[in-house]
Amino acid sequence: MAVEINVTGEVVTAFLSGELDHHSARFMREAIDGAVELNMPTLLILDFEGISFMDSSGIGLVMGRYRNLSKTGAQMHITGTSPQIYKVFKLAGIERLAKLEDSMKYRGK
Amino acid sequence: MAVINQFSLNIPARSANESFARAAVSAFAAQLDPTLEEISDIKTAVSEAVTNCIVHAYGEGAGKIYINACITDAGEIRIKIRDNGCGIENIDRAMEPLYTTVGGERAGLGFAVMQSFMDDIKVRSAVGKGTQVVLVKRIKPRYTVNG
Repeated sequence: MAVEINVTGEVVTAFLSGELDHHSARFMREAIDGAVELNMPTLLILDFEGISFMDSSGIGLVMGRYRNLSKTGAQMHITGTSPQIYKVFKLAGIERLAKLEDSMKYRGK
Repeated sequence: MAVINQFSLNIPARSANESFARAAVSAFAAQLDPTLEEISDIKTAVSEAVTNCIVHAYGEGAGKIYINACITDAGEIRIKIRDNGCGIENIDRAMEPLYTTVGGERAGLGFAVMQSFMDDIKVRSAVGKGTQVVLVKRIKPRYTVNG
């Protein structure tokens, strides 16, 4: 598991990789929150392209970041979701919180 | 319906074992020649059940998770995941989407994922004794056309 952070202007992108479960979520959460606190972005992009597996811990991760960002009015986008990840997010209605770009659209870019 | 193969696994309820548990069950399920989506569904549901044992069953203490999976001649995989932990007082409430006793970073969707990704789920629990979740997935037979 790893998190790579890229900062461009007011946009923070977190490239997540590995398996996202209850065990790895804490590490990912700390890395993302650290970058958000430091850079105060207006947009946080969570990139899931490197995630090979995700359970509902990923929903918790997204919902928690959404709660933090909403205090400053910042937006959140989710990209690079595989069909498996997309299915988990759909179940939670994550598209109501964050712009969810489906995997086909993302890969077509 | 007869059992044609089965395996048992018991592991300490440690978060590092979440990945091992779901990988073991999905490797076993591969004998039924599931699609990628079916295998992902099984993996995700098992991950939720095992995580529940780790997050809820034993609190801060140590305990074990008992997994037993079998394949039947009807093309079904049945996965039993059991702990000897604190038990669930109100199963219906625990299974409600977004209900969580720990809050924070847990979404409260573990049972919702299990219900939605598997064909059947049965939960039995006794306070102070433990919880058992049985997950069932029917793998559709796939036919290939030769020539």
